[in-house]
Amino acid sequence: MPEPPVPPEQPTPPQRPLRSMPPGPHLSGGGRAPEDGAIAATGMGGAMDLATEEGASLGKPPGPDAGGPQDRPRSLWSDAWRDLRRNPVFIVSALVILFLVVISLWPSAIASGNPLKCDLAKSQEGSQPGHPFGFNGQGCDVYTRTVYGARVSVTVGVCATLGVSILGSVLGGLAGFFGGVWDAILSRITDVFFAIPVVLGGLVLLSVVTSSTVWPVIGFMVLLGWPQISRIARGSVITTRQHDYVQAARALGASNSRMLLRHITPNAIAPVIVVATIALGTYISLEATLSFLGVGLKPPTVSWGIDISSASQYIRTAPHALLWPAGALAVTVLAFIMLGDAVRDALDPKLR
Amino acid sequence: MLLEVRDLHVEFRTRDGVANAVNGVTYSVDEGETLAVLGESGSGKSVTAQAVMGILDTPPGKITAGEILFRGQDLLKFKEEERRKVRGAQMAMIFQDALSSLNPVLSVGAQLGEMFTVHRGMSRKDAKAKAVELMDRVRIPGAASRVGDYPHQFSGGMRQRIMIAMALALEPALIIADEPTTALDVTVQAQVMDLLAELQRELDMGLILITHDLGVVADVADRIAVMYAGRIVESAQVHDIYKAPAHPYTKGLLESIPRLDQKGKELYAIKGLPPNLLHIPPGCAFNPRCPMAQDVCRTDVPPLYEVTGAGPDRRSACHFWRECLDG
Ligand SMILES: Nc1ncnc2c1ncn2[C@@H]1O[C@H](COP(=O)(O)OP(=O)(O)O)[C@@H](O)[C@H]1O
Ligand SMILES: [Mg+2]
Repeated sequence: MPEPPVPPEQPTPPQRPLRSMPPGPHLSGGGRAPEDGAIAATGMGGAMDLATEEGASLGKPPGPDAGGPQDRPRSLWSDAWRDLRRNPVFIVSALVILFLVVISLWPSAIASGNPLKCDLAKSQEGSQPGHPFGFNGQGCDVYTRTVYGARVSVTVGVCATLGVSILGSVLGGLAGFFGGVWDAILSRITDVFFAIPVVLGGLVLLSVVTSSTVWPVIGFMVLLGWPQISRIARGSVITTRQHDYVQAARALGASNSRMLLRHITPNAIAPVIVVATIALGTYISLEATLSFLGVGLKPPTVSWGIDISSASQYIRTAPHALLWPAGALAVTVLAFIMLGDAVRDALDPKLR
Repeated sequence: MLLEVRDLHVEFRTRDGVANAVNGVTYSVDEGETLAVLGESGSGKSVTAQAVMGILDTPPGKITAGEILFRGQDLLKFKEEERRKVRGAQMAMIFQDALSSLNPVLSVGAQLGEMFTVHRGMSRKDAKAKAVELMDRVRIPGAASRVGDYPHQFSGGMRQRIMIAMALALEPALIIADEPTTALDVTVQAQVMDLLAELQRELDMGLILITHDLGVVADVADRIAVMYAGRIVESAQVHDIYKAPAHPYTKGLLESIPRLDQKGKELYAIKGLPPNLLHIPPGCAFNPRCPMAQDVCRTDVPPLYEVTGAGPDRRSACHFWRECLDG
């Protein structure tokens, strides 16, 4: 075929001139509600419904504004990363989380003692050399126990979030993609789960468990938490599925699995990441709540919730035994919620 | 005949009621032939194309009657899996907005190459080489260095070329182009259209060109099918239609083309609005807007009459096609 010189077309517009919008009305629906919900619910364990509103609004087909610049998750991801690196909230929360992860992997790096070695003779004693946080009611070193408690919190938070995200995304994503009867059934099931009060459910379900590992607690969180992610994922997939490139891929013979994996998932996953990050903080506080109520983790597991619970009876005489684990818990939960918030802002410039 | 659509009916069940988007469309395309489908927006051009491709949104859409014969086989009787194998390999579609038709998170090379890895089982390396070859073929300058670029890094015209390359990758026998140049700058439109027409000739494909640009039609199309309210109201060879339309709606469309010799005069526009598809008027759907309408037009739906004496293979859905031809 002859190769005539290419006539000059319109020059490519500046390639990344402005912060581009994410494809479709990603996170637009929920406004700032999810965040508020997350914070309000912290400690109540009721956070699992924090994104109900968002999930519902994401389920709507793209509005008139979705026809606008339908561009660029590629630049969305790299733009988001550039934004995050400049965001002090992200840097602070990421450093806190990094520190938490390190001490939960190697607690002995900063705490040489044994969290289970307690000396009743030192019960409720205050700060002293080598024991900066003092001792609790059983005479255990509060500093060592607070450091070791991070492991359980991080483990529970991460495992519950992974479980919830995988189960919720798969179920919600498939329902959103295929629609029809299964979608309707799944929606009703999630409604049922949303109606269960989390703490009450925990009291009932976990009180019969005798295992002292973290797995029943994680299992319980996954059981009650997946509908939240499922709604988000469903809404996001429904929005993404209507994009022209999915139709175009279909018109060129892509199979359902290919459309889901190659075309929909990478473009639909951002809201799930945001909600999951915020939820992680709430799972940590839910673990503490359940442990405090005596249905979560049980000694000899070292957990902030257990320590808060056992210290609460000495609150007048030895407040330090309560304040340190409670403070660690608050900082941890806050760090994850702030991280989720920063990620959400970075992925959804429309909210600024 | 490569593709024959016969008496196709498509409806959409919406909350407000049943929208009859396609009400008996009949058209056909042969190898190497270009059929232009014309009509106001909302007349069912895209829905017909989606039905042919098998990518209709079901639900809410539903094909309630008709046949879609591709090389004599009724595609509507195919299983979904067989149908999928036809898409891309034997028929392909080009959409209006190339930016939103390309996946923003995959490089154009990956998307082009996918046609070969998925349908032809090629290795990634071979597929990439093929992708470069295709990009060359649609005249993207510096193809080899740009295969790794993402859609937003190309200009509108270049993106549409990439869409064309994807559609042509497996050398399908039929291409449906749904307003392929509407979203482009005027200066680029002609280039993209020429490229499409040239490749079509070279590969001897059937092309269904959906457009409302009558200027383009005269240059590239062999036949025209004019749609109104989900029906074909007139079909004919391009030149016959331009010489003398046999339907008042076509006549209105032709008179509404801006022409240089009319400079200063008011532009003609068909009066009234397209019908609400939930409540298509009885009789001829065009009758409320038709300057020639008689009583019979308000009661009897006109069949697709064979028009004689004004070119071969010509049809019109007007009770008064003779009068229309004459005046
Ligand atoms: N997904 C859909 N849901 C409901 N109605 C639809 C859908 N797609 C198309 N329609 C209906 O079909 C009519 C024709 O649409 P279309 O074929 O896209 O028109 P055009 O001729 O402009 O391409 C529209 O006016 C609309 O009422
Ligand atoms: Mg259309």
